Amino acid sequence: MRILIAILVFFLALLPLPLLIHSDFWITWLTLALFYAYLGQAWNLLGGYGGQFSFGHALFFGTGAYCTAVLQIQFGVNAWGGFVLAAVAAGIVGAGTGWLVFRYGLRGSYFALVTLAFAEVFRILANTFSFTGAGVGLLVPLQPGIAQMQFETKAGFFWLLLLLVVGCLLFTWWMQNARFGARLMAVRENEDAARALGVDPFSTKLLAITASGAIAGSAGAVYVQLFLYIDPNIAYGPAMSVEALLVPIIGGLGTIFGPVLGAFALHAIAEIGQLVFGEAPGLNLVLYGLLLVVMVLFLPNGLFGLGRVGFGSGALRRLFKRSAHA
Amino acid sequence: MLELSILLPAILNGLTTGAIYALIALGLTLIYGVLHIINFAHGSLLMLALYGVFFLHNLFGIDPYLALPVAAIALFGIGYGLQRFVIGHASHGKDENILLVTLGLSVVIENLALYLWRSDTRTIETPYSFEVLDFGVAFIPVPKVVAFVGALLVAGLLWLLMTRTDLGRAIRALARERQGAKLVGINVEHIFAMSFGIGCACLGIAACLLLPSFYVSPQVGHAFVLVAFTVVVLGGMGSFVGALLGGLIIGVTESLGGLFLGESLGQLGIFLIFIIVLLFRPTGLLGQRT
Repeated sequence: MRILIAILVFFLALLPLPLLIHSDFWITWLTLALFYAYLGQAWNLLGGYGGQFSFGHALFFGTGAYCTAVLQIQFGVNAWGGFVLAAVAAGIVGAGTGWLVFRYGLRGSYFALVTLAFAEVFRILANTFSFTGAGVGLLVPLQPGIAQMQFETKAGFFWLLLLLVVGCLLFTWWMQNARFGARLMAVRENEDAARALGVDPFSTKLLAITASGAIAGSAGAVYVQLFLYIDPNIAYGPAMSVEALLVPIIGGLGTIFGPVLGAFALHAIAEIGQLVFGEAPGLNLVLYGLLLVVMVLFLPNGLFGLGRVGFGSGALRRLFKRSAHA
Repeated sequence: MLELSILLPAILNGLTTGAIYALIALGLTLIYGVLHIINFAHGSLLMLALYGVFFLHNLFGIDPYLALPVAAIALFGIGYGLQRFVIGHASHGKDENILLVTLGLSVVIENLALYLWRSDTRTIETPYSFEVLDFGVAFIPVPKVVAFVGALLVAGLLWLLMTRTDLGRAIRALARERQGAKLVGINVEHIFAMSFGIGCACLGIAACLLLPSFYVSPQVGHAFVLVAFTVVVLGGMGSFVGALLGGLIIGVTESLGGLFLGESLGQLGIFLIFIIVLLFRPTGLLGQRT
């Protein structure tokens, strides 16, 4: 119940912001933070709750992005239809890779590497075929209007993403209390023990990667409408995969609000970094990489772990390490 | 039909590239075999070494082959320090955490290079850059022949180090049984860091052998890291002979793939091999079943 109230407060607090803030810069900033929160939520479902660390979530993001862009450009499909189909397509890709990878029992680091390899295969394919625009990429025509999922003001995208993020928060909350969530977390904690208790790890993980892929794919569809451009490196390159995993890791793995907290913290830090060091290619990502190292070394439970345990001793933190997820 | 006169040079070229892949993969497989961690920063460390050799040549006029000891020692130091002070503390009991930390390190190194040196592709010119050797069936550039022989020599030296020295025995003991090694007085932290350092030293040597016939850019590590993983997985995680064999196979595959399918699709073969081997034969060609 407390969590539902927290989600409601979050929603109501952010809802009027575009009416109060008149700076395009800050609305764009908030929109992007929400976008990465949404992508991070997708990753968190599989990585945080299921314990399967994907290094290639760009695979799903890119598939969704290309799906909606190609459908819109080549077949004139409406952007909202493209959004739904992007989620379906990315879900299918998720189910397909998941079936292969989990069928043959790949876990841990091997799972991470194989997802990365799949993303690379798709990047090379997108670079080769002409219907994806090959290396040049695809430009989506500008058609302002809600009917085309392109809004006339910056606020439109903000509200769309806010709805998506809140929807994902509610879904995560539901899942955490549902049988499926319990099974997924059991698999994360100890796959063999979970199997002994009658949980089928294969179908549980398969469902998680499908849902995670579908959400990441829908994030790709929103991205295309927001930036009106996609190319193989944006879609399937490692930057998006890193961002997707960094957000929940910073915020708190396997927590409902972790990805939201992580996305806002990450982009605040990136903004400060830009103020201090100036605009320079690469520096943002240097900061992200350092954050990743520091978080894993000192705060493996993310910012949420910090809040729950306080700045207590290492022993205390270890004691709470697992229960912090509950 | 493809003429033998096209096929043979492609295979020879593939073998020379493959030897370098093998050298890079040897470092990776050593680190995996002993520490059971996957070093995702392997490619970025190679990139760093390539820049080091590049600047030694351009600023001080030091020939890449003469820079070899410097590069090997420098990379050894970096590797030792990274394992001892950063990566070693990261696991919290989960292998994924180490993978995340090395991913973070690779992101840092790659983008720092992008910031410092921009994304320009740089090459060096040496007196022997364009010399070729006639092998009867094909002309192979001298630097590639040197790289091939050099990589095999280093592999041999590494094998001697592992089998004939106390350090090698300690490393193998640690790889086999951590608790037991500790009981007989092996300094675990130190040997772990030594293994990581030696694995990175291979990168320093690979950089010296590679640069005369290759280029350097901040993204170059990315191209190598997945290839190196593929080689290691194909040969069998932790297997030395497997890494050598895997490197040569991948080199030839890439060369032939490029010949038949074109440059960009040719790369596809590597990733497909990677996925297929992991799915159907995760122990690789020569890995031990566990």
